Amino acid sequence: MALWLYVARRLAVLVPTLFFVSVLIFALQQLLPGDAAVALAGEENDPEAVAAIRARYHLDRPIPVQYGIWLGRVLVGDFGESLRSRIPVRELLVSKLPVTVELALCSMLIALCIGIPAGILSATRKGTAVDVVANFFALSGLSVPHFWLGIMLILLFAVRLGWLPASGYVPPWEDLRRNLTTILLPSVVLGTGVAGVIMRHTRSAMLQTLGADYVRTARAKSVPERLVILKHALRNALIPVITLGAIEFGRLLSGAVLTEQVFAIPGFGKLLVDGVFNRDYAVVQAVVLVSATLYVLLNLGADVLYFLANPRLRGST
Amino acid sequence: MSATPVVLAGAAAAATPRRRYKAARQLARRPAAVAALVMVLAFIVAAVAAPRLAPYDPSAIDYRALRKAPSAAHWLGTDEVGRDVLSRVLWGARASLLAGVIPVSIAVALSVPLGLFSGVVGGWTDGLIMRINDAMLSIPFLIVAIALAAFLGPGLGNAMIAIGIAALPTFVRLVRGTVLAIRTEEFVEAAQALGCSRPRVAVRHILPNTLPPLFVQASITVAAAIIAEASLSFLGLGQQPPAPSWGSMLNAAQRYLSQAPWMALYPGLMIFGIVMALNVLGDGLRDVLDPRHQ
Repeated sequence: MALWLYVARRLAVLVPTLFFVSVLIFALQQLLPGDAAVALAGEENDPEAVAAIRARYHLDRPIPVQYGIWLGRVLVGDFGESLRSRIPVRELLVSKLPVTVELALCSMLIALCIGIPAGILSATRKGTAVDVVANFFALSGLSVPHFWLGIMLILLFAVRLGWLPASGYVPPWEDLRRNLTTILLPSVVLGTGVAGVIMRHTRSAMLQTLGADYVRTARAKSVPERLVILKHALRNALIPVITLGAIEFGRLLSGAVLTEQVFAIPGFGKLLVDGVFNRDYAVVQAVVLVSATLYVLLNLGADVLYFLANPRLRGST
Repeated sequence: MSATPVVLAGAAAAATPRRRYKAARQLARRPAAVAALVMVLAFIVAAVAAPRLAPYDPSAIDYRALRKAPSAAHWLGTDEVGRDVLSRVLWGARASLLAGVIPVSIAVALSVPLGLFSGVVGGWTDGLIMRINDAMLSIPFLIVAIALAAFLGPGLGNAMIAIGIAALPTFVRLVRGTVLAIRTEEFVEAAQALGCSRPRVAVRHILPNTLPPLFVQASITVAAAIIAEASLSFLGLGQQPPAPSWGSMLNAAQRYLSQAPWMALYPGLMIFGIVMALNVLGDGLRDVLDPRHQ
């Protein structure tokens, strides 16, 4: 199958999915208890203000019409404006997204550096103490509440030892060194969870490839064990891990909500939480919609990577 | 949230009592799974018996004992208004137990009929249900829970509804996938050939076989739901003060990290311990119930 045909097929499924995502996110507004205009007006109980909000957001129109107007604006990148700061939501999204992308990239780097070697070690030493310890740490990474781990790391490295700042963020173009020191602890927090997932998948994929005929053949030909592991087994085991990495990156982009809150990092997650507390529903809807779209697109990217890396899929019709 | 679907090779026999007994015996041979089961049972006992086990009233303020370090009087110390941390941790287990069980029950109760209906009926109805389900799956679990809790309003009840709805699509996909796999089994075709109606085939023959993977997924989702409740309470969207919850205790502890680190340590360790135990138990259950993992 040609790549373009594969992508076209996946896009054909993606469009209705995103349509339903938009419907669900729009429907969130209908969950607001009582009159949405009153809720959007917040503490202002002035009937004129409520009437102005009703007219401005077309809340006096039928719900399908309201959805149509909302979707039409969203499709051209108009998410409305923040009820609190009066800044267009699009500007907020554009300013916060790079922070979260940097955090996700650093977390992914840490996860790959820990997860893949640990997975290889665990698979090649199956049943030994190394395997048990690696599995324990992987499961710990999956089980630990990230926000608590963040608090504990702040306690150790910022409060007790004073080595790293407890919170805050400095953009890399202002001061790269301070940027790296502020991003290190949150990246470790998020990276350990993903490292656990990557380690478990690397181990499982390596165990499969280590038992494959071509690995046995390589060993029969007296290929050094290091080469057997790294060249023959790992190269094939990494195919599913690469696609998993793309999916996990999507999760990281949207899953950093509490970590950003704990470390006061002004990214996407903090924007969502601040939006929730300020009852800034346009911001909440926009963050959820953009997060879901990014997640869906990264899943598509993962599928395309898998398609490219797997010759059997390319050969199928 | 872990969304690993457990597909059933040979699931047809999975629901028989003999098979269940065999699975229980296999589970009992795994020390890690047994230890995890003991931890989960201890957690349930602590939550249920919190009024008897807690040495103090969890809401009793004592201004003479503000932020006291762990001692014989207060084994886990006291918080910023002198409340006993151990008592609050024990009572907090109740909120976590409720938040683990109720959202999963909501998700199972809604997903079983929905997934069964979707898988059995097929056609455009199945397509529509699955597209909506895919849309829900594409929004990350915690974001759905936070957004729903934000729109529904803060409180433990709304948080549990939000977590249950957020967990729903994983279960719908699992049940529907299992139904599709079982629908073509010979015993289902035999039942149809004997004249059983479609609802009867669905409920009597297909439904029991969807239960083992559902059980495994439920054990993993309870862990995710406990973390989600703690996360929502940490943000102030779950259990409201002064009622104790591990998440809200951590929220308060953040402000006193240098003066009273024990306030943050113990509630977090409790979440970590119970979630770890549930994950180990989930792994063990998957190993014994899914032949492909043995």
